[in-house]
Formats: sequence, C-alpha cells, structure tokens
Amino acid sequence: MFTPLDDIRAMVTNPKYTYRQRVAGLANLAENLLDPPTVSDECTSALEKRIICDMYEGNAPYRPRYLLPDYDRVLTQGSAFLELPPAQNLDDALAFLLIMYSQTPSITGYPVYFGDLDTLLLPYVDHVSDEDLYAKLKRFWISLDRMFPDAFAHTNLSPVYNRVARTILALERELLQVVPNISLKVEPILTSNEYLLDAVSTVFACGKPHFINDEMMQADLGHDYAAVSCYNSLKIGGGSHTLVRINLKETVLAGGGGVDEFFATTLPHYLELTAELMESRIKFLVEESHFYTSHWLAQEGLLSLDRFSAMFGIFGLAEAVNILMEREGSSDTYGHSAKADDLSYRITSTIAAWVANRPMPYCEGNDGRAMLHSQSGIDLDLGVTAGTRIPIGSEPPLFEHLKTVSRHHHLFASGISDVLSFDDTAVKNPQAVVDVIRGAFKDGMRDFTFNLDSNDFIRITGYLVRKSDLAKMPSARHASTYLGAGSVADSHVDQRIVKRVMSHESSPRASS
Amino acid sequence: MRAHHAQVADVIQFSWVDGPGNRFVLFLQGCNFNCLACHNPQTIPLQTPRAKDYSVEEVLTKIRESLPYITGVTVSGGEATVQHEFLFDLFAAIKAAPDLKQLTTFIDSNGNAEKHIWEVLLPVTDGVMLDLKVLDNERHIALTTQSNTAVLETIKYLASRGKLYEVRLLLIPGQNDSDEELRKTAQWLLRADPSVRVKINAFMSHGVRASARTWAEVSDEDRLRYSQIMTEEGILDLV
Repeated sequence: MFTPLDDIRAMVTNPKYTYRQRVAGLANLAENLLDPPTVSDECTSALEKRIICDMYEGNAPYRPRYLLPDYDRVLTQGSAFLELPPAQNLDDALAFLLIMYSQTPSITGYPVYFGDLDTLLLPYVDHVSDEDLYAKLKRFWISLDRMFPDAFAHTNLSPVYNRVARTILALERELLQVVPNISLKVEPILTSNEYLLDAVSTVFACGKPHFINDEMMQADLGHDYAAVSCYNSLKIGGGSHTLVRINLKETVLAGGGGVDEFFATTLPHYLELTAELMESRIKFLVEESHFYTSHWLAQEGLLSLDRFSAMFGIFGLAEAVNILMEREGSSDTYGHSAKADDLSYRITSTIAAWVANRPMPYCEGNDGRAMLHSQSGIDLDLGVTAGTRIPIGSEPPLFEHLKTVSRHHHLFASGISDVLSFDDTAVKNPQAVVDVIRGAFKDGMRDFTFNLDSNDFIRITGYLVRKSDLAKMPSARHASTYLGAGSVADSHVDQRIVKRVMSHESSPRASS
Repeated sequence: MRAHHAQVADVIQFSWVDGPGNRFVLFLQGCNFNCLACHNPQTIPLQTPRAKDYSVEEVLTKIRESLPYITGVTVSGGEATVQHEFLFDLFAAIKAAPDLKQLTTFIDSNGNAEKHIWEVLLPVTDGVMLDLKVLDNERHIALTTQSNTAVLETIKYLASRGKLYEVRLLLIPGQNDSDEELRKTAQWLLRADPSVRVKINAFMSHGVRASARTWAEVSDEDRLRYSQIMTEEGILDLV
C-alpha cells in the first residue's frame, strides 16, 4: 500500500522528471491530501468507477482549468501588477507578452492561450522591415517553445492573411517546434485561397495549424473567442472553470437493456452525476479559492467571471453505439452504417439538449449553462475512443469519415475534433486539401485537423509530439511528450488509417 | 435515349490525382486501345457485367453528394471519349445546373478521338489530361495495338484551343524510356505547346496483365534521368 509520503518521495527522486515537472507534481500531491468537494455517495461511486471523470484536475481547484486573458486590452492599458506601461512598439509588445505568459496560470501550470498573435502584433509592425520582423518574431517563437514547453499552449491566427501571419507560418516551417499549438480561423470569404495554401503547406512541414470554422464559432461564442489547449473553444477574457467528462461506454455498460432503457434511465442518471461533480468543483473554485476576486488578471479586468462557463465532456461514443447496436441484435458499427450513425447522433443531440437545460452556477459566459465538449482523451484511456471519433484503425475512407463525424460538430460549442491522416498525394495537390477543408466547414464541421503520415510530428489527441522526441524517451523537454508516449504505446494513435485518396492507377475496381 | 446513359466502371467521390484540386471522378467502361501496360485491364472491354449503367441524372446526384468538397469533375476510363455523347450530355448538364456550374470539367483521355468529337466536347470542357504512350508510331502500335496519329493530332488541336491541361507519359524501362525517345518527345511536345505541363508516371507492374509483368519497374535513378532530360529540353512545368 502506497502512502502519500511514498508518492512524494517517488516524485522528488524520479530522474526522468525535470525540476519544474517535480515541483508541479509535488503541488498536485499536496492538493490531493485535501478532501475533494463534497458530492453524493452515488457521484463518488461513479467517479471511482471512472464512469464519470474529473480529469485528475486535483481535489481543491484553485485556478480555472483554462483561462484566456484579454491580451489586446493589457497591451494597450498596461498592467499595475506587472508594473508595465502600455506597449509602444514591437519590442515592448513581445517582452510584455512573455512576461504575461509567465504570470498566467492554468491546469498544466503553463498558459493554454498565447493570444491571437497576428492580430495582437499587427498594430506594432508598420515601421518594422520584413527582415527585422522575421528576426524578432523568431527569437520570440523560440522563447515560447523553450520557456513554455507544453504542447497545449496555443495561439490563434485571424481569418485575414497579413504580414504577421505570413511570417509566423514561415517560421513554423523553419523551426519545426512543438510549441505553440496553432489554430487558424477560417472564414469562407475573408480567408483567401493563398492563405490556406500557405497554411496547408505548413501542415505538411510540421503538423500545424488546425483549421477552425470561424462562422460557427462566432455564432456560438461571439466575436472574441479562441481555440486553446487541445481545441477547446472559449471566450477571450473568460474561459472554463473545469472539465468534467462522462465515459459513454462505461455508462452503457453500467445500465442494462437496450436503446430505450439507455435513453429513459441510464443516460439521464449519469448525466446528472456528471453535472453534480462539475457543480461542486465550480463552487469550490469560485466561493472558496477566491481566485476570481484575488487574482490580478481578474482585478485588472483581463478576466471576468461572467465570461466563464465550464466544459461538459463526453467520450467513448463509438463504443457506446456499438454495444447498444449489439444489444439490439445488430452488428452495425459507428462509421460504417447509417443506422449506427443515426443512433450516435440521437445520443449526442440528447446530451446536448440535456446540458442546455441544466442550470450550472457561475456559468454566465454561456447563459448559466455548461458547454458541451467532445473530449479527446488522455493517456490513461484504454479501449475507449476519444470524444465522438471513429476508433483508430477502423476509419472509413475520407468522404464517409467526414460525413459520419461532421454532423455532430455543431452541437459542441466548446470544442470537438477529428484527426484525419493524409498520405503524400496531398503534398502534390495542396489545393485538394484546401477544397476539403472548405467543404468540411460548409458541411458543418467545426474543427479540421490533419496529420501528414510522413513528417516528424504526430497528433496525439490534439497536441503534437515529435516522433524523434518519443525515440529519446526518457528525458524529453516537453512535459506533454510523456503523455504522448503513453498514448502511442497504449492507444496506437500512430496507426490511424491513412487516407489514400484513390487514383485511376490504383482504382478500387481493380482490387475488388 | 442511349446517349443519356453510360457504362460506368467506377465512381470516386474524392480524388487528388486527376486534375486540379479535389475532384469527383467517373471511370467510364471501354477503351479503344489495348495497352500491355494497362493497370486496369478490366475497364478495356466495352461491355462487361461488372460495369453499371448510369443516367446523367444519376451521376449528377452522386456529384451533389460531394459538392461542397470539390473543385470539379473528371471523366476518365477506360477511354472517356468512347462514350462521347454521354460525356457531352453530362458536362452540358453540369454547366447548365445553377448549383454545379462553378465546377470545372476535365477529361482524362488517351487522345484517340477524331477532331470532330473534340469540337463538340470542348465548349463544355475546361481541360484535358492526355496520355502519350510513346511518340514513335511503330512502338505505339506494339504497345497499344493502335496508331498514334489521332493522339498527336489531338494534342496539337487541344493546345491550339488552350484546353491541354497536362500530358502524361507512362514511362516503362526498356520500352519507351531511352534518352533519345525522351528528348524527341520533349521537343515535339514543346512545338505543339511551348508551355506544356508534363507529368511523368512511372510504370509499376502491379495490376498489369501477365505479358507485361516481367517488365522492369522504374528505379529512382530512372526518375532522376527522366526529369533531367525533360528539364534540359526546356519543359518548364514538370510534375
């Protein structure tokens, strides 16, 4: 039987962790010496069985899981806490931002949001030559990766192609860094073909950026939003208190019977337990940790409680559907049958309606409700598929894949994603990839992420690791690489079915 | 009303190798060549129980499923122009439909069709990708059973009308890839179209019939030599 002291000793002496990783680990162990926020026995039991899950955030939340400071505001108003005047030029702005990031908490200890860096920096580049801009941004970009070595740290690019965005994409192709994660906001008219081609060629080099559906995001979150961490879309100046998730596979297994019983009793029961857990954690954070009244980001108006909500995560949809189909006497599976796909949508739309109907305290950022999230997994998840994805290794061809998953996307305001693996035929025809991205957004996709099979990067759940870093384990500089190693070993994320979009030289008819 | 129906070997909703962007591709059944190096010999006969009958409307319905994702439609084969009446009807219907008219229409052809057929097709066709098996006519007959006279005429005609998107050379070691043949081919193509885009396809024995299965596959050195020669001769657009 391990005692907390044994855990502490193991953390202090573990040679594979850096100093900073040990400090973070010790803080987590200390926090967990406290009792968790009070919930019902039924809720505790569901948590212990991992039917519902608090993401191991810790027993006493004392900072929001994800927060998105209003960097635009702080650069123009300065900060009393940081003793910094408003930024006057590009050098000021870059130094200011690095200082800000070092003082921005999150669940990982590193900031999950660096700001929409192209829009943030544009006001400061008018009198900066292209050469200087490249050199200054390059130093800044290297600093991000070395000072905040966490693949969840995320920046966004605005829909309009501009000098800073162009420079950032060029730097990405040169530096091949894990940090920052990047999302490009794509608007059907404002975002030019030239910009998308530039971004797609950057994905070929380093797996970044993600592409996000700006119209859909703005409809759900308003103009000031960003995708952060592992594609969680949230309000700037706000964020998410916590992320609690429900394992739909375990939910189905916990109840008996078929589809009718699942919808009538099992599902609502566990949804309520998930909400109960979420509610208790939010109340502790807001009422007892005093974060929102004491932290300087809140005091200086860079965060406000009324722009926060909480993320209600689901995962294991594929297994839930397949088990229910089996109980109904069918061997149809998710991603390969219209009936199974229809059941999947009945499940997600039922959950969406339930969450939209359940009041949640301190969630004024979403009209007093939690926000639905398709949770893309953690390294401990075994035998259960991330979010609403199709199980790795059984993905259908691209067209069917997109049709299956895209119908769910509009329901998940706080984020959903599917990782599509492409082979080298994409490299010879980048316009085809642009076509597919634009088509996917017209068809209702929220987030489009693809992985090129042949580069050094691999998407785990939404964050990147370098295959060459995995080979160097143990001694990785990025904390997230450890999580990635677990996922490659256990969940075979390196075995996604690669989309070989067919050519007439290898027509399916020839092989059928 | 037969012209409104086609014998279809296959339909692909997304293709990244049959013209610009992401394309819907229709493979028509039946070819007027009988190439030893054909990768899909089952598409050569004009009639086969494996082919499916499609009307123009049925193809349009399929295209609409892919619509938000595609730049255009490519008709390949077999040989697309063997069923040229259907091909015209299909492309004319695409150009006439308000929701489809922005799609580009491309033909992937062996070029073995008379000028009057192209004259009818070109007003509804945005571009043609054309296979040139080999420039020398005797070699052409040996490899395909047919003369290449019509093919060469087609290349010149399409280039003069600005509709030649790409010429594809399927190069087979020892059969049509000598330095001399490659140089002559490049020079001939440049005379027909000074800005010609040339795509080199490397022969692979997978899928071909027994008589061609013993042919060597293209090596990395071969590939390098092909592109060097093409570039030296002045082909600027080489893929």
